[in-house]
Amino acid sequence: MQSYWIYIGIFLVVAVAVPIVAVALPALISPKKPSRRKEEVYECGIETTGNIRVQFKSQYYIYALIFLVFDIETVFLFPWAVSLGELPLFAVIEGVVFIAILFGGLIYAVRKGALVWY
Amino acid sequence: MLVSVLVFVFASLVTLGAAVAVVTNKNILHSAFYLILAFVGVAAIYVMLEAPFIAMVQVLVYIGAIAILIVFAIMLTRRLMSKDMDQKNAQWIPSALGSLTLFVVLGWIVYTAGWPAQEGAMPAEPISQLGQDLLTTYLVPFEIASVLLLAALVGAILIGRERETRSAE
Amino acid sequence: MADLINLIEGWITNLLLGWGASEELTLFLLQALGSVLVVIICFLIVIALIWVERKLAGRIQDRFGPNRAGPFGIFQSFADIIKIFTKEYVTPKGAEKGAFNIAPVLAMASVLAIWAVFPFAINVIGADVHVGVLYIVAVSAFGILAILMAGWSSNNRYALLGASRSVAMLISYEIPMVVSLLVPVLLAHSMKLSVIVKAQQPWWYLLVAPTAALIYLISSMAEIGKAPFDLLEAESELVAGYHTEYSGMKFGMFYVAEFLHQFTVGALITIFFLGGWGGPLAMRWPILGVIYFYGKSFLVYLVISWIRLSLPRIRIDAMLDLNWKFLIPVSFVNLVAVAVADRVMLELDLATWMYVGVMFAVNIFILLASLFLAGKSKPVVEREKFPPRPVAVPPGTES
Repeated sequence: MQSYWIYIGIFLVVAVAVPIVAVALPALISPKKPSRRKEEVYECGIETTGNIRVQFKSQYYIYALIFLVFDIETVFLFPWAVSLGELPLFAVIEGVVFIAILFGGLIYAVRKGALVWY
Repeated sequence: MLVSVLVFVFASLVTLGAAVAVVTNKNILHSAFYLILAFVGVAAIYVMLEAPFIAMVQVLVYIGAIAILIVFAIMLTRRLMSKDMDQKNAQWIPSALGSLTLFVVLGWIVYTAGWPAQEGAMPAEPISQLGQDLLTTYLVPFEIASVLLLAALVGAILIGRERETRSAE
Repeated sequence: MADLINLIEGWITNLLLGWGASEELTLFLLQALGSVLVVIICFLIVIALIWVERKLAGRIQDRFGPNRAGPFGIFQSFADIIKIFTKEYVTPKGAEKGAFNIAPVLAMASVLAIWAVFPFAINVIGADVHVGVLYIVAVSAFGILAILMAGWSSNNRYALLGASRSVAMLISYEIPMVVSLLVPVLLAHSMKLSVIVKAQQPWWYLLVAPTAALIYLISSMAEIGKAPFDLLEAESELVAGYHTEYSGMKFGMFYVAEFLHQFTVGALITIFFLGGWGGPLAMRWPILGVIYFYGKSFLVYLVISWIRLSLPRIRIDAMLDLNWKFLIPVSFVNLVAVAVADRVMLELDLATWMYVGVMFAVNIFILLASLFLAGKSKPVVEREKFPPRPVAVPPGTES
């Protein structure tokens, strides 16, 4: 394990510790006067009724699915982009084919109206 | 080195503990968050194995996309949000047997693999090496991955659309 | 005075070694010191930025901005800090305590963690990892997670709706962001940030890949979640979005994270498109490089502020359309064009200025062509039209 990953580890610990301290410090000095009214959920001044965790429309799920596909695509494209200089010209074409196949998928999604927000 | 052993033990404990919590937790959304913690632990172990690329992909894909997908999926299914739900259903015995078989097979593979390790230093540009391998030796899997992703995309859209037309009726 | 930072580092190293500390411990302490320093500088920058932002907002929108606390109101941020530190934490009833408290910390940490890999100058580099670009993208995933956790744990409908709406937006805009990030990676043939910065020393990638820079700017503005993409806190619809129920410093963490994220995006654009620490004499005096780096980041920050203070909010469906039907296709086409042009010109072995010129022309052509095509095209699916409704109908007269 190279030393810079140790640095990242230390950095992550610091990056988590500093916000924790910043959040914990006011807890010591700030007033604590809880009341029932204060802990009410904010909703236009009217008491909340029913289950808060409302059911979602499937639109969110479809967006997340399409995002997942393109996310994995970009992961594959990173090594391609890095090694482009040391590869023959047809390697570029291979990457282009890879992109083109998924580009077809995007066009399909748009044509099917899957990306229309209702 | 002692420190790396300690870090490894910590990461493994976090991973395993979170994994146990995923299974035992009653609230399914809590399970999802524990699953994310398990992913983080696995990513840390990848980094310790000097496979930072895999570690970053683990975080990017599993936490950045799949975890969010899971959370959205949970939010879609309102009934599962209730805390007093039974954790077992009618199929728990077959699925337990299946999991157990999978565990035995995987354990057997891990035990008998022998783990061939290549001697020598890491290449100077490991990512570049990876890209070259992907585009020469493993070109067909690379392109098939694209087709597979396309199939997943089309399937997702078809299933999603179907649900919407049904609810409109 | 050749190199102030390494001089100090060497001095501390010798001091610690002189006290009998082992080499590993010295390295550990130095790294800890470095990371604490970077984090503290981040916080100080945010304190200054909040004042700058408010003053700028005042000027642009024809107001005064803070002008009471101290000359030009420069102590306003400090007054705000003191105030927010003494605020009571209110946890709404029915909230999921664990996730509710973790979310603000996670939001802040995910932005701070990006700073671990930055090259501040030619020899002042955080962690120079092989996967620097991927690290940045991967770490940002935790920010999305934090929003989701905050929205869900608040036990508030507005927070939940705001969170899931903004997560849908954030993940959408991550695609053009990452794809346009691939262009600098492709041009530098490396994911190491130090190599990317070094590769653009005479010619910044802003000149080589202006379209990628523009797409990156737009999509990272969406990632910050400020206007015109501030749907997560569309106050007329969602109160304050995912942090509706937060108070005191927990809210402050989200607020600070947002400001720091904007500055971080400035730093990222500086690294990927504006030559990082590059500038006159930066090679000889690395301390100048650090100043250039922060200066350029600040300039990009001001540009983002200028845009966000000038434009109104975009409706969510228009925003998602902009992403899926314009930015993503254009960024992919641009990536392919840059890859082909880069490879072909590598074969031809052209002079650098010709290479830059051709790349610039290709990029601008793609931008103009796609803008032209987008202007010509009709919406693929028409939105449902509702008949006009009278404001009030007397009872019994409804048809």
